[in-house]
Amino acid sequence: MTIYYSEDHEWINVEAGVGTVGISEYAQNALGDIVFVEVPEVGDDYAKGDEVAVVESVKAASEIYSPVTGEITAINEALEENAALVNSSPNGDGWFFKIKISDENELEGLMDADGYKKFIAGLE
Amino acid sequence: MSAENSDLLKTPLYSLHEELGGKMVPFAGYLMPVQYPLGVMGEHNHTREKAGLFDVSHMGQVVIKGDGADKWLETLVPGNIVDLKQNRIRYTMFTNDQGGILDDLMITRRENDIFMVVNAGCKEQDIAHMRKHLPDHLELIELADRALVALQGPLAAEVITRFTAGADEMNFMSYAEVQICGADCFISRCGYTGEDGHEISIPADKAEEVVKALLAETEVEAIGLGARDSLRLEAGLCLYGHDITEKTTPIEGSLQWSIGKRRREEGGFPGAEKILEQLSSGHVERKRVGILPAGRAPAREGTEILDADDNVIGVITSGGFGPTFGGPVAMGYVNAENSQSGTPVFLQVRKKKLEAKIASMPFVKQNYYRKPK
Repeated sequence: MTIYYSEDHEWINVEAGVGTVGISEYAQNALGDIVFVEVPEVGDDYAKGDEVAVVESVKAASEIYSPVTGEITAINEALEENAALVNSSPNGDGWFFKIKISDENELEGLMDADGYKKFIAGLE
Repeated sequence: MSAENSDLLKTPLYSLHEELGGKMVPFAGYLMPVQYPLGVMGEHNHTREKAGLFDVSHMGQVVIKGDGADKWLETLVPGNIVDLKQNRIRYTMFTNDQGGILDDLMITRRENDIFMVVNAGCKEQDIAHMRKHLPDHLELIELADRALVALQGPLAAEVITRFTAGADEMNFMSYAEVQICGADCFISRCGYTGEDGHEISIPADKAEEVVKALLAETEVEAIGLGARDSLRLEAGLCLYGHDITEKTTPIEGSLQWSIGKRRREEGGFPGAEKILEQLSSGHVERKRVGILPAGRAPAREGTEILDADDNVIGVITSGGFGPTFGGPVAMGYVNAENSQSGTPVFLQVRKKKLEAKIASMPFVKQNYYRKPK
């Protein structure tokens, strides 16, 4: 199992061809208090870079882009009642959805944990 | 700081915002704190529970001096200014010849002049508009050397009274000139949160000292523009340029309460023909209303309002999440037929058609201070 990060601050944790997707600690901190997450529907297909979810803070709505192409196999239903999980546990209980990855070669365009750490250090 | 911010103005409290960890963003030509480390939700709740301190120095403070300033102002606004008692404040708006709103503002009658506070984004055009119509015997003075802050919340009056005795006994919408930390301040019991509190005009060179003293009180936290917006939205208060504009009349904007009996009878303000016709016929094409989405998803500004048959019947002009209300809240315009509270409507939020209903405002109870009789 390996975790990859996108430049849009999503993480994808890949296990047996299925990726679990969420947003990073950096992203949740930048967005502030999250009050609603619109997740995709199970069975829907998304291409890499498609708008797949929306995160609403008190201030504004922000789009979440799919880090890979694939089919949604599960969504985090806990977010419906408690979107603040994304703030309290962005890398754990605050995950958004699981996606069956069509082409694992797409993962090569993403960063590993060290690469992402350097990437956000460059944004400061 | 990036180069594109170099043209932005700073308020006298700018360095204090930086010291407090404020996240500075461009707003109405100024660099203003959108939030502090407490965060929008925390700042919102703190203001509802204790006391929040807002820098609103970007707003325009203007004085009109001279005999008959009140009567002259009535040629520009539909509010009753002539009968406004000394040290009392009135909410009104500049209107154009079509009855549209050029800006909304607070007007105070002081002992020797009229004091007004106008929106930051409109202040230059407001001042130009007034100067264009100003008779020779009146003088317009922009108080550019004063900061303006708001102290708001259920404990706000108690806090300010520690600095100036009697402030807690002032009625809602009344004004006084006081000393705070040795500075000559104008305090007005009003605000933009739905809570009790005062707005405090302070000489710019004393602003940081006064604000630091207020922030040193344990009940007080600095609050940014983010929470200012969610607080005023829950309170059902209009944001100029969004909920009211040059294209909306005070009647369409559900602000008819701000036009007194005498002004309704006499008219004499720009757009009076249209505004008074709307008042007497009771008919408007569209009306500003509150809107409550049924689910958890906020509906933002620009969201279309639909009826059950997918006809567009209106648009949301302010929308978001109300932390105190505990769910999404919005306001916007719908056609008159659908403006009754309780009317079911639909909101096109991205690909989904969400259920909602027309609701009365405010969304949270107003907490203004009314002096016991």
